[in-house]
Amino acid sequence: MLLTTLVLGLVLGGTYALLALGLTLQYGIARIMNLAYGEITLLAAFILVFLFQGLGIPPLAALVLIAPAGYGLGWLLYTVMMQPLVARSGSSGRLDVDSILATFGLLFLIQGVLLVTFGANFTSISYLDRGINILGVSVALNRLIAFAICVVVGTVLVLVLARTRWGLNLRAVAQTPASAPLVGIDVNRVARQGFALGTALAAVGGASIAMYQTFSATDGVVFTMKALVIVIMGGVGNVGGALLAGLALGLVETFVATAIDPGLTLAATFAIFLGVLLWRPQGLFGKG
Amino acid sequence: MKLLLPLVALAALAYAPNLVSDYGLGLLIGAVTYVTLANGWALFSGHTHYVSLATVAFYGTGAYTVAVLNETLPYPLVLVAAAVIGATMALVVGLSTLRLAGVYFVIFTFGLAELVRQLITWYEVNITGTLGRYIFLDVTARDIYWQMLALGAATIALTAYVHRSRLGLALRVIGDDEVVAAHSGINLARSKLIAFVLSATILTLVGAVASPRSVYVEPAIVFNPTVSFLTVIMALLGGANRLWGPALGAVPLFLIFEWLSSNFPDTYPIFLGLLFIAVVFALPDGVLAGIERLRASRKERTA
Repeated sequence: MLLTTLVLGLVLGGTYALLALGLTLQYGIARIMNLAYGEITLLAAFILVFLFQGLGIPPLAALVLIAPAGYGLGWLLYTVMMQPLVARSGSSGRLDVDSILATFGLLFLIQGVLLVTFGANFTSISYLDRGINILGVSVALNRLIAFAICVVVGTVLVLVLARTRWGLNLRAVAQTPASAPLVGIDVNRVARQGFALGTALAAVGGASIAMYQTFSATDGVVFTMKALVIVIMGGVGNVGGALLAGLALGLVETFVATAIDPGLTLAATFAIFLGVLLWRPQGLFGKG
Repeated sequence: MKLLLPLVALAALAYAPNLVSDYGLGLLIGAVTYVTLANGWALFSGHTHYVSLATVAFYGTGAYTVAVLNETLPYPLVLVAAAVIGATMALVVGLSTLRLAGVYFVIFTFGLAELVRQLITWYEVNITGTLGRYIFLDVTARDIYWQMLALGAATIALTAYVHRSRLGLALRVIGDDEVVAAHSGINLARSKLIAFVLSATILTLVGAVASPRSVYVEPAIVFNPTVSFLTVIMALLGGANRLWGPALGAVPLFLIFEWLSSNFPDTYPIFLGLLFIAVVFALPDGVLAGIERLRASRKERTA
């Protein structure tokens, strides 16, 4: 029982961690609080289902298409929508409010498109739905694949951020956007890349959710909320913190769902959020 | 004169149900409801720029309180109970988030409606065993209209009073620069908390007053996120930091939404989203501020 919760929780937490990574990149580097994040996740999930059921493309191959498409969508969104807001706000600190409002509008726009295109029904696919024995616990293969995707993407991202020149640029802008131009970094371009990278992660997260979970067009708010709580738990902009916090939230949620009631998982998320706000608002792994 | 015009308008609006059809009365109730919601929202968020996305969490709580208590308590007491519950909820949210940076508050309110909806659903399914309740109250559509009109007038009067009071000044300074506000000796958390609780109490009462319109109440219906969305866009369009801004934005937008939702029931959320983004981009401070800027630039040109 305990072991089942542990394994399933870690698997679920992997997806959450992936989602939170994207959001923390968008907020940390591009300084955009993206409330439409969950809707972009769902968009990718629906596209995966369409590619699988409509065109017969296997989900893992579809993932290879969806990730760059997500990057492209993020690039476009930043250029068309966010950049004017960034330019308008200058250093006045209005960007937070403006980006929250603009993405709140975007949330309803994407949700409307999803409802019209795919309907309001719960959607799921059956893909590699056979059990694999891990430490005596039977876990569906599709969940394991989703977890593997999270581990691979998460590791690659951490390495890229820590070891490459590009990662250094991204981190520089995240830390001190005002001084980054002094060393020849084009802040605008890096912010766009950070936002696009975050959107790509949202898309990959959504695609892996579609592989093993049932979802509907109105679930976006819950995904955004969970990702936001993980980001704050891990400390804003802290990639390692987001990974750990994501796994932790997956564990807690699975525990609440199995031991207490599945209807209370969002309440558990909020309880954690409240605890973090009261005890360590800078995040469990943040400085200060 | 400044007081006379609104009073005459209020008297005319109070007399209006005698002149219109049932459908017209429905429209009037909807319009007054949204004017009150937008005003109640702006009371806190207008000056402080703390964007609350939880309007429907309070609205729905008000409606649901009436649904639960309407058979056990007399109607005025039900309204009092709703106000107390709404204020308590706001106090909890405010105490845990308003001492921190604004973004924590926004995030908390973003998921709040969904949280309350899921908690009520869980409670009803597991503890009481019923999902969905009926409201049998002897309240006519006209009564609802007059009650809502009174609430709306009271909200606008309260906003006018707050704008002139020390609290209003404190909120304006907080909205401009929190560091300056703290250095001028303003108690940040307390000022924000008072305004937020006032605003949330009004939003809860709106839900409570409006609820007898629908005989059947269910969490999925009363916690419809579109309400939060509409409230914010209405207040923004008119100008959230002006006394008459929210009302100015609410009436035309409500009529547009009515028309859109009856003519394009499937695609209207898309229009709403586009309209919202357009408002954020084109009129970030609202129509009233836009007009003033236009006038100022014209004056400069002629001078």
